[in-house]
Amino acid sequence: MARKIRVLIAKPGLDGHDRGAKVVARALRDAGMEVIYTGLHQSPEQIVQTALQEDVDAIGLSSLSGAHDVLFPRVMELVKKNRMKVLVTAGGIIPEEDIPALKKCGIAAVFGPGTPIDDIVKFHKERLSQKG
Amino acid sequence: MLMALALKKKGKAGARRGNSSGQTARPGRQPKAVVPETAERRAGYPNLSWIETDPFYVQDRDFDYGERLGLPGEYPFTRGIHRDMYLGRLWTMRQFAGFGSAFETNRRFKYLLSHGETGLSVAFDYPTLYGYDTDDPHSEGEYGKCGVAVSSLEDMTVLFDGIPLDTVSTSMTINGPASVIWAMYLGAAEAQGVSKSRLRGTIQNDVLKEYIAQKSFIFPPAPSMRLVIDTFEYGMHNVPSWNTISISGYHIREAGSTAVQELAFTLADGLEYVRQGIERGLDPNLFVPRLSFFFNAHNDFFEEIAKYRAARRIWAREMKESFGLTSERAMKLRFHTQTAGCTLTAEQPENNITRVSIQAMAAVLGGTQSLHTNSLDEALALPTEKAVRTALRTQQIIAYESGIPNVVDPLGGSYYVEWLTDQMEERAYRIFDEISMYGGVIGAIERGYFQKAITESSYRYQKEVERKERIVVGVNEFTTDEPLEIPTLRLDPKGRDRQVARLRKLRRTRDRSKFESAMNRLRKIAEGEENTMPAILDAVRAKATLGEVTGVLRDVFGEYSEQQII
Amino acid sequence: MNYTALAKSIFRGDRKAAARLISIVEDEEEGYEDAMKLVFSGTKGAGVLGVTGPPGVGKSTLVFELAKRYRKNGKSVGIVAVDPTSPLTGGAILGDRIRMTDLAGDQGVFIRSMGTRGGTGGLSLQASNTIRILDAMGCEEIIVETVGAGQTQVDIMGLADTVVVVTMPGTGDEVQSIKAGLLEIADIYVVNKMDLPGAMSTAADLKSMLNLVDDWKGWKPPVLLASANSGRGIDELTGSIGGHRSRMLDPVVSMERRSKQARKEIFDIITGQIMHSIASNIQADELDAIVREVVEKKTNPYDAARKISIAASRTGKPPKAL
Ligand SMILES: Nc1nc2c(ncn2[C@@H]2O[C@H](COP(=O)(O)OP(=O)(O)OP(=O)(O)O)[C@@H](O)[C@H]2O)c(=O)[nH]1
Ligand SMILES: [Mg+2]
Repeated sequence: MARKIRVLIAKPGLDGHDRGAKVVARALRDAGMEVIYTGLHQSPEQIVQTALQEDVDAIGLSSLSGAHDVLFPRVMELVKKNRMKVLVTAGGIIPEEDIPALKKCGIAAVFGPGTPIDDIVKFHKERLSQKG
Repeated sequence: MLMALALKKKGKAGARRGNSSGQTARPGRQPKAVVPETAERRAGYPNLSWIETDPFYVQDRDFDYGERLGLPGEYPFTRGIHRDMYLGRLWTMRQFAGFGSAFETNRRFKYLLSHGETGLSVAFDYPTLYGYDTDDPHSEGEYGKCGVAVSSLEDMTVLFDGIPLDTVSTSMTINGPASVIWAMYLGAAEAQGVSKSRLRGTIQNDVLKEYIAQKSFIFPPAPSMRLVIDTFEYGMHNVPSWNTISISGYHIREAGSTAVQELAFTLADGLEYVRQGIERGLDPNLFVPRLSFFFNAHNDFFEEIAKYRAARRIWAREMKESFGLTSERAMKLRFHTQTAGCTLTAEQPENNITRVSIQAMAAVLGGTQSLHTNSLDEALALPTEKAVRTALRTQQIIAYESGIPNVVDPLGGSYYVEWLTDQMEERAYRIFDEISMYGGVIGAIERGYFQKAITESSYRYQKEVERKERIVVGVNEFTTDEPLEIPTLRLDPKGRDRQVARLRKLRRTRDRSKFESAMNRLRKIAEGEENTMPAILDAVRAKATLGEVTGVLRDVFGEYSEQQII
Repeated sequence: MNYTALAKSIFRGDRKAAARLISIVEDEEEGYEDAMKLVFSGTKGAGVLGVTGPPGVGKSTLVFELAKRYRKNGKSVGIVAVDPTSPLTGGAILGDRIRMTDLAGDQGVFIRSMGTRGGTGGLSLQASNTIRILDAMGCEEIIVETVGAGQTQVDIMGLADTVVVVTMPGTGDEVQSIKAGLLEIADIYVVNKMDLPGAMSTAADLKSMLNLVDDWKGWKPPVLLASANSGRGIDELTGSIGGHRSRMLDPVVSMERRSKQARKEIFDIITGQIMHSIASNIQADELDAIVREVVEKKTNPYDAARKISIAASRTGKPPKAL
């Protein structure tokens, strides 16, 4: 049986704008992946524990409130602490100038508003297909 | 059940509508053969609600002007709620603003007023929207990011320092903890020596749309509705010029609904508030005039105009015919409009100025009472002063240069606009029927009806954009590679620490016994059935913080979590 | 691959190892059986509770409340939440955790979401293996949630010691779907969302349905009311679960249930192995050709099946792990 790609879509912070997160979740599902959706308002600790228990291949973080500068690096810190091999991407409203710092802490890609969903799907497929 | 009643009666109105837009007589429609097959843009383009349009429209001979339109300022108010509309007074230019601390936002308010803004509109940060203080663990990373942090009466006083609350009107986008924030505003006015009867403004206070779309709910539906009706009642008797609710379609649309869904869901919410107010024993002729609405202004120009016109007609009919109200003021749907944040693009952000202009024109042609125009950089970050000024200038250009406000409802009688207005109305009633099958708005929320409908629409739209069936300029067509150069606003990096220090000092120095007795009384009243507003006001006066007051209510009412629909 | 080292870490309570091995089992990666043999020997006999019912009735909320009760009693908890996989795309959105986020940080709780993926037999095998992994890792109470009323759900619920079927007041669809598929497997019924109108009459409906059965062999399923999101009725439910479980202490009853489970599992394994050896011994186009012959009436299904089973065993190699 083929290996299933499992992805966690997580919304850290307090904003309730889950439209983007849900669209991505659906698109990944339509591409044959198993998507675990955490719902709103997750703390970095909860997100990383969930990723660990679900043994996901990737985590997609979405925030539209601007709290990414504090919360995303915190997630990465915990990922490293648990020595997890997982591809982490970010989406939402993220100013250009914040991107280098996010990349530096290990986030593989930042998908701004207007990123074609297909690009996000393709990115995950390419980066995760050789995993096993 | 009044809601059910309201919807049933509609059967009749529906039949009447059938005359003008039923299958047999659809005189607004033109045979398609008129358009040459070779036309590059073929006929039958669906708009943003996937309503198919014809190439052009002709006169509908059965159209009953008296019944469908009336004169401006007359029932059913399709053409507007004032006879002289903007000739009497322009709409209120009200820019949504707020970030960081009360000090920083106070400066921004003064800046906007000095540039000709005519009303204030407060954006609160996420912790405030959820009723958390700045130093609560839930607030990590969120302080001041999407609005101003207000955790106490003291913060509110700072926010309006030097702004006379008896002359300016203030709108506050706050829902779950609306009564607490409103109490703080009333307290701040008290401190300025302004009596409640002279206050003008709006609290959003629309919890139903939180469950449907915006998601910043705190309590389960029943206690949430109780708090809302408490503010209706309190406002009627104590703050008579205040709008105690702004029933909002804006967020429903931003979450991805169509224009028709926005219209129908919002009005259905409105009817539910009326019903529950009546159930409480309030006189609808007195409280309904204080209900206001808030709509989105999206890209499809005529569809938006038709939406506003249909909204007024439906509301007037429902109030008069289904609820039997006699007050004309209760039949007039007043609304605020904001241009659609979700249409702003991060790519080529200057294009957003053009989008906002078109959207703002739709709002004005649709007869809005007040308007917020988005800033070009809002898809990227908090708007800078310059971007906000340009957004405000857009309104001023429409107001003072375009000539649009010189004639009331200039599109009234347009074959197309009237056809589309009828379409919006007819489709909204179909949605009302669906909602009533779920036992009304709350039943439909509990069963995820709205959430599902919105998710479907937003996914469908997204797919069409991806397949280039819809063009988004600068995003999937006419793109450039140039890097983004948008100056973005940065918050005062020490702001949070200062805010937390102030908060801790407040807790340390306040009169303990006064505070505790106010909190105990609040708890008792929350557990009982009395109106909560006076006790909340007392708690706030006793320097209880937002988080403390909301915390008591959380304890008593519990917290809500929704059914997830993806 | 050899996953026995992974299995051994699980005995030491390694959560990451457990998570990994569950994926390996789900993906049926080469060699997972050996790891599962080891895990089997290390299970401690956790209690297994099944929770099922129509979509959206509040199962996950209920599971969350039950798990909180177990936690309060000092028990470590494993939760397996199964959601349907889209047959069209093979993808799935697994959303049950949303109701349980307050447990996400708790080290005494392990929640795992599963898609139904391919099929029935395979799925209940994987679910059974997942339960064992959690058991071996040290979970004392395991709750399995499935949705709907298909054969898949019934099979998975067969793994539980006690099965709770949840419904809610409403249009009557809920009770209908229970009648259609879940009647035989329920040990306890819960009408959740008792705060909504109509809960009493839904409960009455269920009760009158149960009254049609004469012989309950010692356990007549009770019909309970609950409001999971406010925690009402949960104590009654745990009481009832305890009651049912103490019946399972009866060696005769327990032997019967467990034999049934073991038999089903063994036969699922055999079926899986046969399918596996067919797949590894017959080329896809060869198989297609045989199928086409049946469609074109050149042969009949019986002879075709015989041909396939002969071909499947032609290498003489016994199916692996036998
Ligand atoms: N009114 C009411 N709502 C409830 C109750 N219990 C759960 N809910 C709500 O019902 C919705 C669905 O709850 P879930 O626990 O996700 O239901 P589920 O059966 O697990 O759903 P699926 O896994 O999607 O089939 C959520 O919005 C819950 O908050 C209850 O007792 N009363
Ligand atoms: Mg569930």
